[in-house]
Amino acid sequence: MSAFITRLRQNLGTETFGLLILLAVMVTVFSLASPRFLTAANFGSMGYQAPLLGLLTLAMLGPMISGGINLAIIFLANISGLTFAWVMLQFGGAEAGLPAIFMGAVAAMAVGAAAGALEGAVIAFVGAHPILVSLAMMIFLRGLGEFLTKGGDISGFPDVVGALGHGAIFGFPLPLLLFLIVALVWHVLFSRSRHGFATYMVGSNIRAAEYSGLPTKRTLITIYALSGLVCAIAGILMLARFNSVRVGHGEAMLLVTVLAIFLGGIDPFGGKGRVAPVILAILILQILSSGLNLIGANQHLATAVWGLFLIAVMILRSGRLAALIPFRKD
Amino acid sequence: MTSGSDSDALRLKGITKIFGGVKALDAVDFDVRAGEVHCLAGENGCGKSTLIKVVTGVYRPESAEEISLFGQTLSAITPVQARAKGVSVIWQDLALFPNMSVAENIAFDTLVGARPRGVPFAKMHAAAAEALARLGVTLDLHAPLETLPIAQRQVVAIARALMNDARLIFMDEPTASLTQSETDRLLDIVRKLSADGVAVVFVSHRLAEVLDISSRVTVLRDGKLVGVYPTEGMTQAKLGELMTGHLLESTVSARAATGPVVFEAKGLSVPGQFENIDLTIRAGEVVGLTGLIGAGRTELAHAMIGMTRAQGTMTLLGKPYRPASLRDAIARGLAYVSEDRLSLGLLQKQSIADNAAISVLHKLLDRFGLIAPAKKDALIRDWVKRLGIKIGAPENPIATLSGGNQQKVVLAKWLATEPKLLILDSPTVGVDVGARAGIFRIVRELADQGLAILLISDEASEVLYNSDRILHMAGGQIRHSYDPRQTTIQALEAAIYA
Repeated sequence: MSAFITRLRQNLGTETFGLLILLAVMVTVFSLASPRFLTAANFGSMGYQAPLLGLLTLAMLGPMISGGINLAIIFLANISGLTFAWVMLQFGGAEAGLPAIFMGAVAAMAVGAAAGALEGAVIAFVGAHPILVSLAMMIFLRGLGEFLTKGGDISGFPDVVGALGHGAIFGFPLPLLLFLIVALVWHVLFSRSRHGFATYMVGSNIRAAEYSGLPTKRTLITIYALSGLVCAIAGILMLARFNSVRVGHGEAMLLVTVLAIFLGGIDPFGGKGRVAPVILAILILQILSSGLNLIGANQHLATAVWGLFLIAVMILRSGRLAALIPFRKD
Repeated sequence: MTSGSDSDALRLKGITKIFGGVKALDAVDFDVRAGEVHCLAGENGCGKSTLIKVVTGVYRPESAEEISLFGQTLSAITPVQARAKGVSVIWQDLALFPNMSVAENIAFDTLVGARPRGVPFAKMHAAAAEALARLGVTLDLHAPLETLPIAQRQVVAIARALMNDARLIFMDEPTASLTQSETDRLLDIVRKLSADGVAVVFVSHRLAEVLDISSRVTVLRDGKLVGVYPTEGMTQAKLGELMTGHLLESTVSARAATGPVVFEAKGLSVPGQFENIDLTIRAGEVVGLTGLIGAGRTELAHAMIGMTRAQGTMTLLGKPYRPASLRDAIARGLAYVSEDRLSLGLLQKQSIADNAAISVLHKLLDRFGLIAPAKKDALIRDWVKRLGIKIGAPENPIATLSGGNQQKVVLAKWLATEPKLLILDSPTVGVDVGARAGIFRIVRELADQGLAILLISDEASEVLYNSDRILHMAGGQIRHSYDPRQTTIQALEAAIYA
């Protein structure tokens, strides 16, 4: 039994248990406060809202575990969405067939991954700090996108694409399904793959990783390419949800992804952290936002509460109130 | 040898400090006379650091029969009292400010205050210059600290202690990262302090300098006092025995190497680093490479493992060998144990298991190409047993291990790659006496199993006792080759420090 728990803690991360308790507390409080909280309708709407933030957070995760950051995620998603839209518009816009949609999606992911790989390559070979490199990429992509769209919206897509953003399989929201698939792949990637292992090592000491024979440059390029790939998936989902593309869509989510990652117990200096607690953190942020909305609080207040919430979590983790969170990371 | 309380800088009696049920200090007595150079010796984990932290007020002991500082009896020492009484510690990391100037670092404690106010730069520089003058050193007071070599930073730390009217200075492993000539200069400064009436407590792993500098040595083992001994008439072997509790054999282990040639270099050069190096290493042979830091030893190793490109030819197992990168060299059968275990050898943040598995991930994959936890566990268990590594759980951070056990994990990591040639660059830095013997036992066993080994060390005794052939390097060239069976430690040291 105890061996099982040890294995579970290693796989899911020590943060998971504390966050699960937090989650339970919040669900209890909100369901007492609002009769509409524990309803299928509420959970359904969360199932459509959370995946976008979730995917962007997963895109931010790899760079942060490697001790970096990818500030370009929103515009990577936008530019990929733009690519997707452009391919569909070449094939008749609303009349575009499934092959065109498929091609568009592949092109979008290729653009996202390539732009990410470029970031990674600059970080690896030039040695510039990821903040600078990803900031430069962010500004470049924003400018490029605004130039191409002249700052306007692009819309007029086939109905099938809208279904990706709003549809369900057996009542299960499609965006949520998409997110869970990516999350599962990410969990395996970071807990079991050689690339994941190398990401943690690069994040804790890149020179020691290099002296141990790890391909640190290739690892960095892959980290940012995968980040760009997931941004592209988020960009496709964003297009499907809003039925339009505009450069700047989702900009407010950039720092919320960082919030979710810290809440999920990722070491701000890199090298430590697991996927599972980050997923829980996304869920907690979504519940906090939906719950406050249901009890009639202002949407802006929800944002303020997120901030307070993170401060509270840091105090709890600082060790002063350590006894309150069992299985604390030591 | 009268010890009236007037001449005592510090007297401790019956100090006990408990951490989680373990007695880190068990009724330890410790006294330091004013102006004395006193050495505190013992292996890692024996309680040296705990004792220093009790004296400086960081830890409060569970029980104490007597505590007195400069003749004044105290019930316990607080950090404020310790400083007011002139107790100062120079930790290994020095606790200085890298981006501030030399003068600012030295005068720092006189500058800090809760209220914002102007900094009297002229006064500060005068005071800093005076403190350095007391040490007989001149440094550029305006230079940012980070531009200074480590030895000079240490001098800054000592000057800073003097600014605080230190009368009892603890130095924690001050020579660990110094070259021999820098060490000599530091020891001169310590003698000067002592002549000035400042008591110095010296903590070091290097027994030779302990015996050289101090007049008395207090030996701790497993939190208990072994005894206090005058250093006159004490030998390194005897001190090592007191520290570890068992006899340490130091015998020449050299044999004639008869195995096939594994590695050969001819006319190897890297401009500005070393030139025209010829080197042959046979299977089962331990080649010792010694010389001062800066002689080009580590640079030669870097060329051998593909970190730098060298002119000349290298062959490995009879085939031309031109590594394009470290990864290339590893794939060809080389392994390099870096001299800088702390920042290059190990990933301090990661677990013991991950540090051991990092070099052989490709051997741990399941049929899906993922890392198999069972294979990883088996790898760790195997090497822990083979090298006798003392660990708690493999998931614990590597930083929880002692220096010796950390170095064994580094060895495990490289041996797991099944190398043909193992390069050990100063493998005993920060490893205590007992554990050193363990590491060299492993080195000899590996050679017996046919591994070719290049042992780089600046300690003459290490290469003399543990290699089959000794090469002396200086100024980027190999000066001389010695047979350990036909030379002496004195001859070797004379050549190195000539």
